[in-house]
Amino acid sequence: MILDETIIALATPSGAGAIAVIRLSGPKAIEMAATHFKSVSGKNLSEQKTHTIHLGHIVDNNRIIDEVLVSIFKNPNSYTGEDVIEISCHGSLYIQQEIIQLFLKKGCKMANAGEFTLRAFLNGKLDLSQAEAVADLIASENEASHQIAMQQMRGGFSNEIAMLREELLNFASLIELELDFSEEDVEFADRSQFKILLERIEQVLKRLIDSFAVGNVIKNGIPVAIVGEPNVGKSTLLNALLNEERAIVSEIAGTTRDTVEDEITIGGMGFRFIDTAGIRETKDVVESIGIKKTFEKIEQAQVVIYLFDGSTAKAKLDDVAIELAKIRNKYPQKPLITIANKIDVLTDTELAEINKTIPDVLLLSAKTGFGVEQLTNKLLTMINSGALRNNETIVTNTRHYDALLKALEEILKVRHGLESGLSGDLMAIDIRQALYYFGEITGQVSNDELLGNIFANFCIGK
Amino acid sequence: MSLFQDTYDVIVVGAGHAGSEAAAAAANMGCSTLLITMNLQNIAQMSCNPAMGGIAKGQIVREIDALGGYSGIVSDTSAIQFKMLNKSKGPAMWSPRVQSDRMRFAEDWRLLLEKTPNLDFYQEMVSALLVDKDKVVGVRTSLGIEIKAKSVVLTNGTFLNGLIHIGDKNFGGGRAGEKAATGITEQLVDFGFDSGRMKTGTPPRVDGRSLDYSKMEEQPGDEHPAKFSFLDITKPLTHQRSCHMTYTSPEVHDLLREGFDRSPMFNGRIQSLGPRYCPSIEDKINRFADKERHQIFVEPEGWNTIEVYVNGFSTSLPEDVQFKALRSVKGFERVKFFRAGYAIEYDYFPPTQLMHTLETKLISGLYFAGQINGTTGYEEAASQGLMAGINAALKVKEREPFILKRNEAYIGVLIDDLITKGTEEPYRMFTSRAEYRTLLRQDNADFRLTPKGYELGLASEKRLRRMEKKLANSEAFVQFFKDTSVKPEEINPILEEKDSSTMNQSDKMFKIFSRPNISFDDMVKIPSVKDYVVAHQLDDEVIEQTEIQVKYSGYIEKEKNNADKLNRLEDIKIPKNFDYSKIKSMSYEAREKLSKIRPITVSQASRISGVSPNDVSVLLVYMGR
Repeated sequence: MILDETIIALATPSGAGAIAVIRLSGPKAIEMAATHFKSVSGKNLSEQKTHTIHLGHIVDNNRIIDEVLVSIFKNPNSYTGEDVIEISCHGSLYIQQEIIQLFLKKGCKMANAGEFTLRAFLNGKLDLSQAEAVADLIASENEASHQIAMQQMRGGFSNEIAMLREELLNFASLIELELDFSEEDVEFADRSQFKILLERIEQVLKRLIDSFAVGNVIKNGIPVAIVGEPNVGKSTLLNALLNEERAIVSEIAGTTRDTVEDEITIGGMGFRFIDTAGIRETKDVVESIGIKKTFEKIEQAQVVIYLFDGSTAKAKLDDVAIELAKIRNKYPQKPLITIANKIDVLTDTELAEINKTIPDVLLLSAKTGFGVEQLTNKLLTMINSGALRNNETIVTNTRHYDALLKALEEILKVRHGLESGLSGDLMAIDIRQALYYFGEITGQVSNDELLGNIFANFCIGK
Repeated sequence: MSLFQDTYDVIVVGAGHAGSEAAAAAANMGCSTLLITMNLQNIAQMSCNPAMGGIAKGQIVREIDALGGYSGIVSDTSAIQFKMLNKSKGPAMWSPRVQSDRMRFAEDWRLLLEKTPNLDFYQEMVSALLVDKDKVVGVRTSLGIEIKAKSVVLTNGTFLNGLIHIGDKNFGGGRAGEKAATGITEQLVDFGFDSGRMKTGTPPRVDGRSLDYSKMEEQPGDEHPAKFSFLDITKPLTHQRSCHMTYTSPEVHDLLREGFDRSPMFNGRIQSLGPRYCPSIEDKINRFADKERHQIFVEPEGWNTIEVYVNGFSTSLPEDVQFKALRSVKGFERVKFFRAGYAIEYDYFPPTQLMHTLETKLISGLYFAGQINGTTGYEEAASQGLMAGINAALKVKEREPFILKRNEAYIGVLIDDLITKGTEEPYRMFTSRAEYRTLLRQDNADFRLTPKGYELGLASEKRLRRMEKKLANSEAFVQFFKDTSVKPEEINPILEEKDSSTMNQSDKMFKIFSRPNISFDDMVKIPSVKDYVVAHQLDDEVIEQTEIQVKYSGYIEKEKNNADKLNRLEDIKIPKNFDYSKIKSMSYEAREKLSKIRPITVSQASRISGVSPNDVSVLLVYMGR
C-alpha cells in the first residue's frame, strides 16, 4: 500500500446511467484534476476552496471529453482523509472510460478493490470495528474480481500474458546469469536475440493495449452513429431497430437535440446506436451545439449510418451527396452506410433517381420495416468482413490495461538500455519493474523464481 | 579447583568463520567472551576452496570490514591473488575476490583473535547446553565441565552428526580428519527445535608438482589489485600467484560414469539436498549430459605450499574413480592425490526458528550462525557470526538489537531471507537476491555501515574518520563537476576520440561525464580536472566513488525511491502475539505460515511464500498502523 500514489476509480455502479461519479484520492488529486479541467468561468481548480463545486469541461489537450461538475474535498476533510476530487460526468460508459484512462495515462493508479476505504481507515477516518467490516469487504471483492479476471482471461488472454511473462522471465534469468555467474562457463544469449525478443514483447504489449479499445466495444457494444438532417426519421429508424419507443419521435425538425444511446443485440453482437442531431448548417444556437456533438459522436463511432429522407430528397440529393462527401473526407476509414428512408411513399422513377445519384444506397422504410433486415445484415457483414474485426486477444479490464501500459513503459526503457549498451545490472532494474507489472496480472514474481529458472536451465557451479 | 568459575557474557561454540567473527565482535564490544572449539589448531579453517569473496560474497566481506569485523583484514594479509570480478558491468556488480594462502589465513585469524581483549580460548567438544527454563545459562563439555554464560552462540558448521561419504564408504566426521560433534542436535530437538540434514561436498587436493601447467590456461590476478579492508593497515598485493584452468572431456565423463553405481548421490545413500549452484562433477555430467566439457580451476593453496585445490571437481565418487578420471584431464595425466574429494552430511536447524538477531525464538540468549542455519560459504557464515556476536553482546548489555535492513546490506538480505523464507538447500548469496543491489555496492559499504559499526563500539574511530573523509572528498568532487563548465575547444578533441557527439557551446562537466562511454580517464585530460585532483590529493577510492556517483546517480536514485516505498511497510510493526486465526478473510495457508514465522513487520510478512498481496492488504487493515 503506497499512500503517496494518487488513485482513481468509478464511485458509482458500473454501467450506463444518467450521471457517473469518478473519484480521485491522493496527494496529486487536485493538481491532476486541475490540468484536465477547464472551468466555464475560467477559475483555476487548484486555487479553489474545499467543499466547492465547479462547472466546466474535462479536456485532453484541446479535445473536450465531457461537460462535468467537479467537487473538491481537501485533506483531512474528505472520505479518505486525503485530497479528493469527485468528477460528476455524463453516465455513458465511453465517457467514464475516457476520463479514467486520461488520468491513468497521467500517472494515476487504478484503485484496488476497497482501496478508498482502506485509505480512509489508514488515515483514521474509520474506527476498528468499521475497518474489520472493510476487511471482509475487501476479501469478498477480491474473490469476485478474481472470478471476473478468470472470465476475462478465457479465449487466449491468460495464455498470452503467461507466455509474455515466461519470455520476460527467461530474459531476466539470462541477464542475472551474466551477473551472478560471469565466472562460469555458460553461453549467454546474444544481444541481438534479446532485441528481437524485446521487440516482440513490445508488439504484443502494444496490441494488447490497443485491444483494450476493442475489448471495451465488445463489453459495451459497437458504437454506431446515426447521422442525418432533422426529421429524416432517425428516431423512427432507431425505434424500428430497438422495437421500442425510447427516443423522442416527433414531426418537428430538430427535436433530437441531445444524443441518445441505446443498445441492441444483433446476431449475438452488441451494438450501441447513437442517435444524433444532423449536420445541417444552422443558425439555431442549441442546434449548432448538437451538430458539433454529432461530429464528436461520428469520431467515436465504429460505424456511421447516414440517413436521409427519400420522400423529400428530390431537390436535395445534391446536398446529401455533399454531406456524404464531407463525412467521407473527414473520416475516410469509417465504414459508412447510406440509407434513404421513407421510400414507401416513392415512385419507381424517384427510387431510380436516388440509386443513380447516391451510390451504394440502402433503400428503407423505418415505418413499414422494409430494408431494416438488410441493414442489420449489412452491419453484421461489416464485422465479419474485417472492417471491425477484433483482435484475437482482448484486454477488457482497466486494471490489466493499467499494468500493461506500465509494463510497456519499462520494456521501452529496457530496449533503450540495450541499444545504448547499458550494463545488465542496470537494465535489470527496468526488467524487474516490467516483471512486477506482469505479476500484477498473473500473480507474484519473486527473485527465487529467477534463480530457480537459472538452476533449471544452466550448468552452474565450480 | 574447577577450570571455570566466572560467568562469561558470551560463549561461542565453534571457531570457523562464523565463530571467529562472533567471538571477536562480542569481545571487542567489551563482553567477557570464551571461544570453545574441538581443536584450537584449526581456528578459521578454509575447509573448502582457498578463496574469499566473489560475486555478492565480496560485497559481504566489505560489509563485515566496514562494521569492524576481521574477515576483510585477514583476507588481505593472506591473499596470494586479487581480482575485481564483473568490472565490465555496473558498479553494483563489481565484486572483489582473493585467492588465499590457506595456512596463513588461519594463522592470521588466530593471531588477531589472540590480540583481542576480553577473549579466552578453550579446546573441547561442547556436548550440551545448560538451559534454565527458556533461557540459556551455559554449556557442558564432553569432560562434563559446566561453564556458565549469559548467552551462547552456536556455530557448529558441518560437525553436528557429520557423516563423510567417499564412494560406498562412509564414516562419522566433521571435516576430513576431524571428529563429528554429537549431543547438541538431540538436546535441541528435545527442546522443541526442528532439525534437518544437508549435504555439501569438496574436491580432491593434489600435489602441484605432479601437474603439467603448460597444458592449461593461466589465470593471473588483476594488473592493479585492490583489497578488502577500508583501513590502511593492509596494502594491495605487489606480486601475485596465478591460477590455471583446464577442462574435463567426454572421456573423463565416461570414466566418472563407471562409478555411478557406487556413488552415494545416486544409490540413495545420501538423501539430503546439496546446493544447486555448487554441484558435484557427477551431478553436472548427469544433469547436463549434452555438455561435452566442464571447467576445472586449478588453485594454489598458498605462496609456498605445493598443495593444489581442484575447483570444479567436487565429488563423492569412490577414490579410485576420482583418481582414474582426473588422470584423464588435460594437465593431470600424472597427478598425485593429497586427499580424495568427499561429500558430507550434517544437521542444520531450519532458520525460520530464529529472530532477526539470530537469537532462537525458543531459547532466550541462544544464537545460531553459519552452516547450522543452512547456509554455505565462508562469507555468509562470517557475516552471521558477526551479527550473532554483536546481538549477543547487545543483549548482555541490555541495549537495543542490531538489525540490518534489506536495503542497507547484503547481510540484511541474507538474514531476512533465512528467517523469513527458510531454506531447503544450502543458501548462498547472489546479487539477484537483493531487490536494491544498486545501493548495496562494495565501494560504499563503509558509507552504509561504518557509522553503525562505530555506534556499536565495534568500528574504530579511525575507521569512521577515514570514511567521513572519503565521503566529504567525493561529494566535493561531484560538486566540482556540477559547478564547473568546459569549453568546446577543450572537450571536443576528447569526445571525438571516443566517437561521442561534440559540443557547440560550453556546458557543465557533469553532463559530459554522465555519458555512458566517457570515463574518468577521459575527464582527467581536462587541465582543470587534473589540477583539482592534484590540489586535493585525491586517491583512487575517492575518484572511483565520484565516478560512480556521477555516472549512476539516476539509477541509484531510482532504487532509493523504490527502497523508500519498501521502508514504509517496514515501519508497520505486527504485535508480538498477534492472533492470525481471527482473520477470516485471509487464506488458510497465509494464516498458518504467518503464525509459524511470526514476522515482525508487514513488509517481512509480504516476503513469506504463500502470503499474497491480498493477504498483506488485509493485514494492513488489521494493523491499523
